[in-house]
Amino acid sequence: MTSAPTPPKPQKVLVRRHSPIVRITHWINAVSLCLLLLSGLQIFNAHPHLYWGQQSDFGHGWLSIGAYDVGDHPRGVALVGDTAFHTTGFLGASKVGGVWMARAFPAWLTLPAEQYLALGRRWHFFFAWVFAINLTLYLASAVIGGHLRRDLAPTWAQLKPRHVLHEIWDHMRLRFPKGEDARRYNVLQKGAYLGVVLLLLPVMILSGMTMSPSLDADFPWLVELFQGRQSARSIHFITASLIVVFFLVHMVMVVLSGTWNNVRSMITGRYAIEVAPPTAVPPEPIGDAP
Amino acid sequence: MTLPRRGLLQGAGASLAALWLSGCDKIATNPDLVKVLSSAEVLNRRVQRLLGRGALAREFTRADITPNFKANGTINPPDADYQAMVAGGFADWKLVVDGLVERPLALSLDQIRALPSRTQITRHDCVEGWSCIGEWTGARFGALMDMAGLKPQAKHIVLHCADTLGGAKYYETLDLVDVHHPQTILAYAMNGAPLSVAHGAPLRLRAERYLGYKQAKYVMRLEAVDRFDHIAGGQGGYWEDRGYDRYGGI
Repeated sequence: MTSAPTPPKPQKVLVRRHSPIVRITHWINAVSLCLLLLSGLQIFNAHPHLYWGQQSDFGHGWLSIGAYDVGDHPRGVALVGDTAFHTTGFLGASKVGGVWMARAFPAWLTLPAEQYLALGRRWHFFFAWVFAINLTLYLASAVIGGHLRRDLAPTWAQLKPRHVLHEIWDHMRLRFPKGEDARRYNVLQKGAYLGVVLLLLPVMILSGMTMSPSLDADFPWLVELFQGRQSARSIHFITASLIVVFFLVHMVMVVLSGTWNNVRSMITGRYAIEVAPPTAVPPEPIGDAP
Repeated sequence: MTLPRRGLLQGAGASLAALWLSGCDKIATNPDLVKVLSSAEVLNRRVQRLLGRGALAREFTRADITPNFKANGTINPPDADYQAMVAGGFADWKLVVDGLVERPLALSLDQIRALPSRTQITRHDCVEGWSCIGEWTGARFGALMDMAGLKPQAKHIVLHCADTLGGAKYYETLDLVDVHHPQTILAYAMNGAPLSVAHGAPLRLRAERYLGYKQAKYVMRLEAVDRFDHIAGGQGGYWEDRGYDRYGGI
């Protein structure tokens, strides 16, 4: 036998990952964002055209979803600028209970399924309050409790371009931080989470408020901020789309980096990491360090 | 063998999707749940009235006026009595002011034009999502109601309209706080010209802090009331009776 020691087998330990307030607000946020998206698409369907500026230049929106009739059923088309995308079956024209309908987003993506703006608004404005109060609680606790500074703010070392590029390269090869490094968020995670909670979600609330004529009268700076009510409606839509993109990436990353471990950590708070057993590494002699 | 099986799978998938949709919709349209959801309307109204204290809506310049102001809802009332008034140039038209007032009125268009007026270039926001900027000139609603003398028990003004839309007469209700807002006018002119039929001739409401469906067109009668639950669907407006919120500020 050779004297080379076998490397110690890593040990799984459960660490406290998410505080109760993070877990509770995470799930309330997830449910409200889902309902806000579906009811929001219902509201969008009432006028599936987006413009820039204060008012609507009918027929010249930068985004327009419509339908035209060919043969036995309507065909859907989405116009982005001057580019037409044929989207029959999804955007513009889709089947509802086996019957072709001209509608921007399909029934399975709107709340309620049928075209019913009034009810979509009721869902939207109720969960807008749930979402906004929840986000406020989360942000307040993140600032006061130190979650923002401790867990989300990147360290200077993490912000070095070489480190960021290294993380990107590792993520592209689906290599995620392991062991002690998995105790904290990596810089890409921190960037994504900060971007969502400090930018995308607040912009959703502010651009949503700007669509209210009463709030525009009360807070004219809202309209100034977005350069017009129709711009605010466009930004509301674009920001919602970015949140959907974040959600899709979030789901892929949850699955790739250990579905059950991630889901458990957001439910019970416990997250498993692999660490070297403490006894396996002989302690370094504590010398006379300068 | 593969084809029928594929058909079967597709069929199963489609019926699962249908089940999912109908299940979701049972929840989405459940009346008790909708009642809970509607509580947000009360919150919106209270919070916005508390925060805003009736600030004026932004006013624009002539350069901002759209050449393409969309006319929505009723654009040509099918009602025979209204069409007769159009044919007669609204010569015999009179605005009736009654209900809980000290002095019921019946005013001709000329008499309304002689009342304290206001001209404002504002943004009209439709509940569907679009906006258009136009100039409105009209009699100040508050001054008009002062002329009639509101009785102390009056709480709302019902605007009864000439147009029938989808089998029912259009109507709206406004709370007194909104009636007395400086930008709440009964407009008889748009962009410097008499109101067109499509935009509500001869008289329409402009309440600039609110969405388009509150801006009743073809106004015939103002009725001061202490309650409106006995009128039409009882929700305080044509669209309100069809599920829209009465506040209309968001």
